[in-house]
Amino acid sequence: MSIGRATTIILAKELRAEFRTRELLNTTIVFVLMVVVLFSFTFDPTASESRRFAPGLLWLAFLFAGSLMLHPSFTREQANDTLAALRLAPIEPIAILLGKVLANFLFLMLAEILLLPIFAVLYDVHVLPALGRLLLVFLLGTLGLTTTGTVFSAVASQARMRELLLPLLLLPILTPVLIASTEATAGLLADPPELSSTWVSLLAAFDIVFLTATWLFGEYLLEE
Amino acid sequence: MNWLPTLGVAALLAVAGYAALFVAPTERTMGLIQRIFYFHVPSAWTAFVAFFVAFVANIAYLLRRAPKWDWLGVSAAEVGLAFCTVVLVTGPIWARPVWGIWWTWDARLTSTFVLWVLYVSYLLLRTLISEPERRAVASAVFGIFAFLDVPLVYMSIRLWRTQHPQPVIAGGRGSGLDPRMWQVFLTCWAALLALMVLLLVQRYRLEALRREVEEMAIEGERRNTRAS
Repeated sequence: MSIGRATTIILAKELRAEFRTRELLNTTIVFVLMVVVLFSFTFDPTASESRRFAPGLLWLAFLFAGSLMLHPSFTREQANDTLAALRLAPIEPIAILLGKVLANFLFLMLAEILLLPIFAVLYDVHVLPALGRLLLVFLLGTLGLTTTGTVFSAVASQARMRELLLPLLLLPILTPVLIASTEATAGLLADPPELSSTWVSLLAAFDIVFLTATWLFGEYLLEE
Repeated sequence: MNWLPTLGVAALLAVAGYAALFVAPTERTMGLIQRIFYFHVPSAWTAFVAFFVAFVANIAYLLRRAPKWDWLGVSAAEVGLAFCTVVLVTGPIWARPVWGIWWTWDARLTSTFVLWVLYVSYLLLRTLISEPERRAVASAVFGIFAFLDVPLVYMSIRLWRTQHPQPVIAGGRGSGLDPRMWQVFLTCWAALLALMVLLLVQRYRLEALRREVEEMAIEGERRNTRAS
C-alpha cells in the first residue's frame, strides 16, 4: 500500500474516533477560551495599547492548548494497546505518524477558526480585512506546532510524568513559531493590515525543517 | 596513567588563566571586567562543539543502534550544558558593570537561554524513561529536533529584536581584536576544548559503567526469580 493511501486511512480513523465524541475539540476550545479570559485579568483589556498584546496571548493560548491536546494522540492508543495493532498493519510506520500529524493539525486548525470570531469580539480586533492572510499564518503556525507536537507526544508517551513532560519538551522548541506567528498576526491586525514575508518564510522554514526531520527520524519512535 | 591527561588540562587551564589575567592588554573602555571575555566566548564556542557532537551521536545511534552512540550523545549533551551554564553565568557578571543590568532580552542572550532550556529538557527526558533502548531512541529523536531548532530560534529572535529598538545596545565587542588579545583568546579556547574532551571521555566511561551495573542488576533479578 502506498504511503499516501495508508496516511489517508490513518487520518480517517483519527477523524472518526474524534468526531464520535468530539472530546478533544470541546476541551481544547473551552481551554483556549478560559486562557484568553484569564489573560484579560492581568492587564486592562479595554486600553487601546493592550491591543498590541492580543496576538501574543492568542498564540500563547494556542501553544498551551497544543501542548495539552496533543498528549492523548499516543496515550489513547496505549490505553487500548491499539498502537501494537497499527504497527502490525502492513503499512509504512511513517504513515501512522503522518496520519496523526494531519489529524491533529485539522483539529487544532478547526478549534482556532471557531475561536477567532470570539477572540475578535472580546479583544476588539478587526480580523475581517485580512482574513485570508490570517488563515495562511494560522495554517503555517499550526502545522509547525502539530508536527513537532505529535512527534513529541510519541516521545513523551514512553516516559513517566508524561503530562508534564510534553509541554516541557514542546514549548522551548516552539520559540520560533511563537515569535513568527505572533509578529505576523500583529502585522495583519494593524491598520492597514500588512503580511510580513519575513515571518511567513520563517514559519515555512520551520515547517519544512521539522516535516523533513519527522520523515527521516519519526518512525524510529514507533518500533517495539 | 589516568592522571596524566587531567594534569595536562589543568596546566593548560592555568596558562590560559594567567594569559587572560596578565598577558592580554586591558581593554580601554570596559577595563578589567573585559577579561572575562576570554572565558565567556570560548565557553560558548565549546558548548556548541559539544552540542554538535551530541547531534552527530544521536543520528548515528538511530542509524546504527550501537549503545556507544547513546552514551556519547548523553555525555556530550551534559558537558555542553555545563559550558552553556558557564556562558550564562559569566555573561551577567560582565553585563552588570558594563551595561548596568544583569540581564537584557537581547537576541544572543535569549537564544542561549532557550538553548540551555532545550538541553535541560533533553537530560530530564532521559531520567524519565527507564527502559534503556526506549530511552536511547526517544532522547536521540528529541536531541536531533533540539539541535535543528537552534538556528531557527536564533534567527527568529534576532529578526524580532532588531525590529524593536533596543534600550541597551552599548558594549558590543568591536569587529577587530588586538593581535595579542587574539592569541590569548585562542589559548583559552584551546584550554577549554581540551577540558571539554577530558570531561567527555570521563563522562562516557561513567555512562558505560552505569549501563554495565544496570545490566548486572537486571541479570541478578532474573536469577533471583528463577531461583525462587
